[in-house]
Amino acid sequence: MGRELSFELNGEEIKVEVEAHWTLLYLLREKLGLKGTKEGCGYGECGACTVIIDGKAVNSCLFPVMEAEGKQVTTIEGLATKEGGLHPLQQAFVDHGAVQCGFCTPGMIMSAYALCQEKALPTDEEIREGIEGNLCRCTGYALIIEAIRAASPGR
Amino acid sequence: MELSAVGKRISKKDAPSKVTGSAAYIQDVTLPGMLYGKILYSTVAHGRITRIDTSRAERLPGVKAVLTGAQIPPFKFGVYKDNPPLKTGKVCSLRDEVAAVAAIDPEIAQEALDLISVEYEELPALFDPLAAMAEGAPLIHEEHKTNILKMPWKLMTGDVAEARKAAAFTVEDTFRTQWVTHCCLGTSGCIAQLDGANNLTMYSNTQIPYLAQKDFIEALGSFGMKGRRVRVIQSVIGGGFGSKLDTYAYEYIAILLAMRTRKPVKIVFTREEEFLATSPRQCTITRISQGCSKQGKLLFREMEMILDNGAYTSWGATTPSVMMLPISSLYRVANVKYTAKCVYTNNTYSQAMRGYGNPQATFAIESSMEQLAEAAGFDPFEFRQINANQPGEHTPQGFKITTCGLSECMEAVRKGLGWSGKRGEKPGRGFGMACLVHVGGGARVYKSDGCGTMIKIDDYGKIDVFTGSSDIGQGSETIIAQIVAEVLGVPVDDVNVINNDTDVCPWDVGVHASRTTFVAGNSALGAAQRIRTQILEIAGAALDEDPSGLDIRGGTIFAKHNKEKNMSLTKALRNVHYAPGGKVLMAEYFYDPPNENFDREFKGNLSCTYAYGAHGVEVEVDKETGRVRIVNYVAAHDVGKALNPMLLEGQITGGGAMGLGYALSEEMIYKEGRLMNGSYLDYKMLTARDIPPMQAVIVETDELDGPFGAKGIGEPGLVPTAPAIANAIYDAVGVRIKTLPMTPERVLSALKEK
Repeated sequence: MGRELSFELNGEEIKVEVEAHWTLLYLLREKLGLKGTKEGCGYGECGACTVIIDGKAVNSCLFPVMEAEGKQVTTIEGLATKEGGLHPLQQAFVDHGAVQCGFCTPGMIMSAYALCQEKALPTDEEIREGIEGNLCRCTGYALIIEAIRAASPGR
Repeated sequence: MELSAVGKRISKKDAPSKVTGSAAYIQDVTLPGMLYGKILYSTVAHGRITRIDTSRAERLPGVKAVLTGAQIPPFKFGVYKDNPPLKTGKVCSLRDEVAAVAAIDPEIAQEALDLISVEYEELPALFDPLAAMAEGAPLIHEEHKTNILKMPWKLMTGDVAEARKAAAFTVEDTFRTQWVTHCCLGTSGCIAQLDGANNLTMYSNTQIPYLAQKDFIEALGSFGMKGRRVRVIQSVIGGGFGSKLDTYAYEYIAILLAMRTRKPVKIVFTREEEFLATSPRQCTITRISQGCSKQGKLLFREMEMILDNGAYTSWGATTPSVMMLPISSLYRVANVKYTAKCVYTNNTYSQAMRGYGNPQATFAIESSMEQLAEAAGFDPFEFRQINANQPGEHTPQGFKITTCGLSECMEAVRKGLGWSGKRGEKPGRGFGMACLVHVGGGARVYKSDGCGTMIKIDDYGKIDVFTGSSDIGQGSETIIAQIVAEVLGVPVDDVNVINNDTDVCPWDVGVHASRTTFVAGNSALGAAQRIRTQILEIAGAALDEDPSGLDIRGGTIFAKHNKEKNMSLTKALRNVHYAPGGKVLMAEYFYDPPNENFDREFKGNLSCTYAYGAHGVEVEVDKETGRVRIVNYVAAHDVGKALNPMLLEGQITGGGAMGLGYALSEEMIYKEGRLMNGSYLDYKMLTARDIPPMQAVIVETDELDGPFGAKGIGEPGLVPTAPAIANAIYDAVGVRIKTLPMTPERVLSALKEK
């Protein structure tokens, strides 16, 4: 049976009909067409599906959709400006060579975003910890860490 | 000549779409009316299918087709043509496909699989290649008559027996490597779509669009659709690393389901399926002996190798061909004997993975080199320098080494680590190094090693480059744009690269052998030079100058002797377009490097240049826990010329991280053919927290045949990692780990045995 769900998605209040057994990832990708959030494993092990819920980085593949009620959700589509300008973290990923195949990139950026919201000037150790749950097979993480360091708001 | 685009840290052209989430991977592509396919795998590793009942699945609402092997035309695919897309009669591994479903959504398709009942009569199974080689062992493929593949890999140069007699010091040992997998973050997938005339469009994340096209054309012939067209369109590819170097059962199943339903059918692997049903790098057992003279000159190298091929044959069975490269030509050694046997077992089946056999061979060679150095009383660094390859030498296998930065790489590693090159330098710590050689100018493993490029340029100086090469994340799109921009004197942003459609782009053999920068780069260079020639002729006529005296920079064509004499590129283009009988400029170029196929003795100049490198590492080993901590890591590579140092560093540190996982933590653990750790939680690839400081050192040797001097660098970054660490562990605590991965358990048990 469909149930009504209201929450804030990328700065806009939305109301959608959902099934209680859906994950937030399913709603985002399959019903709302927000394909920027990726599914890498479906078990919360790779971080490709990371979104921000009330300021915290969350694996949306594990997040029961009904739990989003009344919450603020930000996805990778919500980071760029309305005019299409890149968020400083996105720009830093571009500029520092932090992107290869790119499948992990949206989730990686969302984890970095949550980290930078919490800490304006994260240490390298804090950056590593912040993206520990986001697997990347291409880059070896070095240039990702460099990009996050460069884009941290306290710099 | 001062370069404006090549050699610069230019960001990837596709990065903006990837950081905003707008890049469309196969997971993100949907077509109108599309159905979802799912595959039922065998539950026994070796057995006869005695009964399949699909009736309940067929009755499930939303199910549009159910297929079993009995319902499809006879057809086998793969390197050895030993693998039917849906099995009939017999299954040979737990990844064997026995039935498939197409339904209106993935959940219904999954539910339908649960309603299919299959009964098996189990057969004795073989999971160990040594057992499979034994006389009287049950046969995996009866028609093949033996479990040893009939690909007798054998390389002989010089006289090993004589050299062994002459050697003052010899060592001999056995090394083992494990099954590991690519772990692409984007899983495998495709959509098969047939038009009204039965032409096939395949949306795919393949690394080999044109060889896949050929495979699908053959399949359509077998499926009763001879002569139909096949178009392969690549969505953005979420990682390759060799995993997508062949066509697979799921792709043929999607085609068969699309034929049956007359709808587009999408099959995308779940993560469990990706672990279960993609083909990993095989495990190997290597016996190696080497000997040297009193002066430390390497006299012979003899290696015997057994490779677990698994149940079917893909490119994994041909990795001994590339293993021969380091075996014959890493260090100067005149007398070489190498034999390898690939053995059918009831395990998963093996495939190419970054390095293509080189990591397994180099682990044995570089571990053994260190043993030999010690036996002969040399420090490891000095021993390697004595035997280092030099520019211009011809190796016994017939490789013509052109440029060779091996000694410089070794020196860079030593300096970068702050190491004297001697043993036991720092108490409690260990230093180790290992070197590598890999193909640097493509490799003729197929009849053609070529790549085609077409270029057109519009009235506004905007350029479209149509290349056969694929970008699997490594950045070839950007490298090609840089090369074209450099030749035509335009900004990189003005060069658009189209690289994902066999209907539009010319042929290429695929992303393998670290070949794309070299081969596709040279192809793009050739096409760009042809356009440039046309442009300069037009401008020469307009400016009344000899075209050879003109240059293009920043979109302006000018006389080199007088820059005042100039015209804009766009003006020249429009003038010729709108002149009577006008034309728009286009050019094409097909580049096939002068690489040789091996002859019957596996000799020949496989690549027109070779890439060398050295990795060095400083470790600390916890004697209580066996844990190895990487204190410092330096990876030095002879790259010919760095076309884009930023992307290059990404290849080196990315490869290095993959190599660290191979060395220390990654292993597919199989128990009776069943993968016990098929998830990211249990299969330990490294996270951001595990990555040690890694310094990439770029050594430039300006390769004459390379585009602007470049060599390939896609694979070398992970080749010498494991032996470098093994050697460092030995230096630190005096135990030699001969089996990968070098987990704390293994190190600890070696310490206890000491």
